Amino acid sequence: MKKPAIKSIPYEEFKDNETLESLIAELNKERTNVLVSKLDDLINWGRSNSLWSLTFATSCCGIEFMAVGAARYDFARFGFEVTRNSPRQADLIMVAGTITHKMAPVLKRLYDQMAEPKYVVAVGGCAISGGPFKGSYHVLNGVDKIIPVDVYIPGCPPRPEAMLYGMMQLQRKVKVENFFGDKNRKHSRKEMQDSPIIVTNVPDSLNEKKNQQ
Amino acid sequence: MNPTFIDIKEFRQHMENLRRKGMDFLRDLIGMDWGDEGLGAIYALENTATGENIQVAIRCESRDNAHIPTVCDIWSVAELYEREIYDFYGIIFDHHPDMRRLYLRNDWVGHPLRKDYDESEALNPIRMENESPEDVQRPYEIAEEAQLKELAKQTNKIHGDQYIINIGPQHPATHGVLRFRLALDGEEIRKIDIHCGYIHRGIEKMSEKLTYPQILALTDRLDYLSAHQNRHALCMCIEKAIGIEVTERTQYIRTIMDELQRIDSHLLFLSCAAMDLGAITTFIYGFRDREKILDIFEEVTGGRLIQNYNVIGGVQADITPDFAHKVKEYCKYQKGKIKEYNDVFTNNIITQKRMIGVGVLTREDAISYGCTGGSGRASGWACDVRKRHPYALYDKVDFKEIIYNNGDCYDRFLVRIDEIKESIHIIEQLIDNIPEGDYKVKTKPIIRIPEGRYSAAVEGSRGEFGVFIESRGEKSPYRLKFRPMGLPLIAAMHKILKGAKVADLIAIGATLDYVIPDIDR
Ligand code: SF4
Repeated sequence: MKKPAIKSIPYEEFKDNETLESLIAELNKERTNVLVSKLDDLINWGRSNSLWSLTFATSCCGIEFMAVGAARYDFARFGFEVTRNSPRQADLIMVAGTITHKMAPVLKRLYDQMAEPKYVVAVGGCAISGGPFKGSYHVLNGVDKIIPVDVYIPGCPPRPEAMLYGMMQLQRKVKVENFFGDKNRKHSRKEMQDSPIIVTNVPDSLNEKKNQQ
Repeated sequence: MNPTFIDIKEFRQHMENLRRKGMDFLRDLIGMDWGDEGLGAIYALENTATGENIQVAIRCESRDNAHIPTVCDIWSVAELYEREIYDFYGIIFDHHPDMRRLYLRNDWVGHPLRKDYDESEALNPIRMENESPEDVQRPYEIAEEAQLKELAKQTNKIHGDQYIINIGPQHPATHGVLRFRLALDGEEIRKIDIHCGYIHRGIEKMSEKLTYPQILALTDRLDYLSAHQNRHALCMCIEKAIGIEVTERTQYIRTIMDELQRIDSHLLFLSCAAMDLGAITTFIYGFRDREKILDIFEEVTGGRLIQNYNVIGGVQADITPDFAHKVKEYCKYQKGKIKEYNDVFTNNIITQKRMIGVGVLTREDAISYGCTGGSGRASGWACDVRKRHPYALYDKVDFKEIIYNNGDCYDRFLVRIDEIKESIHIIEQLIDNIPEGDYKVKTKPIIRIPEGRYSAAVEGSRGEFGVFIESRGEKSPYRLKFRPMGLPLIAAMHKILKGAKVADLIAIGATLDYVIPDIDR
């Protein structure tokens, strides 16, 4: 079985290897041909070491995310330093902070706008389950209710080291994936064609998609 | 302090009189639901010249047709406060120019802070379609037959023929999830429409179901850069209400922690303001030095950003033996670094060109909008709670209140840099004299506050942070209100932005220094 190697941490020292192994097993059900899989490895090596994240910080966890980017923790060491403000240019979205009812459609829309392959990291208790605000009338209890999550980083807020660890878990995931083919896509081809993106902030007369419905 | 109730018919007249008598600062406006006695509001006012404080309350009998005359022409900040109350309680303010919801979506069902609000998921599911922009202003008045009547003069907040751009809610320069709709004329800003609520977590409603020690945990998450001060305010309010006196040692620890937190926040302000204007080096410098404070916090409290340190009656844990040594070392280090910031950023010609004379807030406006904190002091208003209503040890230490007079971005920036020095000065006076003693006094396992109304205020990192509790003698408050530090700042924005360029919005937003979760609560 293909075991993803991360330079600074040996494979055995990661806490959760079972999830990764089951993922690999699932991906390898139908073997791809040798040539493509070699190419895959090369591309994945590049992809996993230059993960660009969308800056999506809504509250406290976002400040810790900034601290990870700054002088002491410096995630540039692992290739995460490029943060993008446009979803079109980002590989992953780090959901750092509470997501409320009003924010939920915005988050979903940003996620939909990102180009494949794309990943989601849920940072902190709020993004995972609603955290301290679970009982509130205006808080979404976990972003996985609206978008698929690849890595969860618990904490309130998580320590910078935890964030780095979480990002490395994501790197491992990227390394075992197949870049070619449809298997890893978050949206299937069909889904992309079927689901119209409804743009609401334009006058109805101009909105073709809405008129068709 | 108990408010005087004013009859609704005399209310406008009474408020105008108060304003004429010099009550020029509307400290807070608190929406209330008194159950069978109806809905209402409490106005906390202050005379900035004499320091006199009063509270005025108004009650409307009918729950379905509740209305109060607006005061937003007397105190400008009331415009947003009243919208907040409309949103939470459904009270309509007659003749308010813009009666829309402030935080919740405009298709939200019900008014959440009412006691009879139905929280069921079926009424308000998570709506995944985008919110349609409702920007029609709706003024109301009372018609003959005592029914509310919508005035015919509906106007669009932003006219269709202007060029409109949307900034946020996910935008790096709004410092969180704030959303602006700007109407532009070329590069000049004509109008701004501010949308809040993207991080409205319903903390005040949640508090009504939690016990007091549980509520403490939520205060840190309001404005996470004033975590200590926020919690200090709530602890102080509860301690006052149940009549316990904290020890001298606690007071010392709390004051030092508050000031460290203030430096931490101002360093983050410096970093972010610099980054917004494109100076990455300063961002790295600020964060480098901030980490040193976080180290101290972590050693004493166990948390870096969110420390959960103050508790009712004292603090969670005693300071570590080398706390004083570490803090002194840090103070010495930090003093030397301020010159570095000035060399690389403050005295930089680009910084100065982008800040001097940009985004002026006059003193009158600062008071009328209630812009406290560094932003108010940059406009020449001495609004520091530490001086106005001293608490903890602030009447025992010697420190200057930093005041600048131009009210532009540059002054707002300088205030914070100077305040770092002042905070260090305060810490240095205290750190060697921390008395021996208990760090926490014993409290009852279940804390009940006797019936009544209580309030307390502290100087947070970016303004006056207030707590108001109305208790009915239960384990949890009947009503708990936090005075946000940031809401007055964004209320003043449309005044500050008049005639500014789009690029100035970034400098203005950065130097006003708001934190969105504190605005939205
Ligand atoms: S998990 Fe904790 S630190 Fe993170 S956003 Fe939620 S409340 Fe803030």
